[in-house]
Amino acid sequence: PFKRYVEIGRIALVNYGKDYGKLVVIVDVIDQNRALVDAPDMVRGQMNFKRLTLTDIKIDIKRVPNKKTLIAAMEAADVKNKWENSSWGRKLIVQKKRASLNDFDRFKIMLAKIKKAGVVRQELAKLKKEATA
Amino acid sequence: MAPKDRKPHVSRNPDLIRGVGKYSRSKMYHKRGLWAIKAKNGGAFPKHEKQAVAAAPVEKPPKFYPADDVKKPLVNKRKARPTKLRASITPGTVLIILAGRFKGKRVVFLKQLTSGLLLVTGPFKINGVPLRRVNQSYVIATSTKVDISGVNVEKFDDKYFGKKVEKKKKKGEGEFFEAEKEEKNTLPQDKKDDQKSVDAALLASIEAVPDLKNYLGARFSLKAGMKPHELVF
Repeated sequence: PFKRYVEIGRIALVNYGKDYGKLVVIVDVIDQNRALVDAPDMVRGQMNFKRLTLTDIKIDIKRVPNKKTLIAAMEAADVKNKWENSSWGRKLIVQKKRASLNDFDRFKIMLAKIKKAGVVRQELAKLKKEATA
Repeated sequence: MAPKDRKPHVSRNPDLIRGVGKYSRSKMYHKRGLWAIKAKNGGAFPKHEKQAVAAAPVEKPPKFYPADDVKKPLVNKRKARPTKLRASITPGTVLIILAGRFKGKRVVFLKQLTSGLLLVTGPFKINGVPLRRVNQSYVIATSTKVDISGVNVEKFDDKYFGKKVEKKKKKGEGEFFEAEKEEKNTLPQDKKDDQKSVDAALLASIEAVPDLKNYLGARFSLKAGMKPHELVF
């Protein structure tokens, strides 16, 4: 029934708090509710499991590695690219892009959407004509 | 030596703590070389004669003393200056006007006038907004900028936009009303020419950016799902 387990080396997404949206590695389990968590750009610290959402990605590390080893292991497992190519990762990137859009960008997107819809509609009309002909 | 740019004088007596110098009075006398100045002047400190004070004009005693003390108004050293411009508004920024007959129009910012109002233009050909003044509070600044270097806005100030004062006519009857109506409605030709000259330079830089002309011609409106506090302009 469960596919993603809390284990040392599991990559998780922070879903609450100061580090919202960051990818972190579970480096140790403190007790039933908390884990020791680390990432290349943050100081190693504890986090409640409720603040973490587990991902599919896992890296191969021993309990509480030093920063250098951690970064090397993340490079070896290619976490960044795996995350950015996963559908979950891609969705988050799109959300961020949409939130940062300029008023001018939104206008350009509107024009592009109308254009695309026009092309699709033309193709559909063609296909419909062929079907009835 | 003729006095040139002098550096502000640094004290020769460094502070031990605030208010207490390192050197005593006698030591400072020696340090400043006052003994040498005295020696040069033959034993006494050089003096210069007092300048004769011009006799002040005789003031007559006042004729009237008020019964109670008159209060003086408090000193006010504030200076009038134009409203502080938001950091996001720089010459060439595209602004969205929020009120008035041009609400929703996207418009190019030219400069801030001395009254604090913003001088703004459509350009007229693109969206029908002429050279106009607008208050900063009724405007959203977007982060889109237009290159405004070719435009000369020196001649526009608040007087240019003021209402024209008409000379009072002698009172007539009947024909009076018809004559007035004919004169008022047309814009003077020189204002139209000003608009054209400002817009010519602007249009060139606007057409350089793809879609910018259509963008300025369209009005802004809030659609479903747009949350103003989350939108980045």
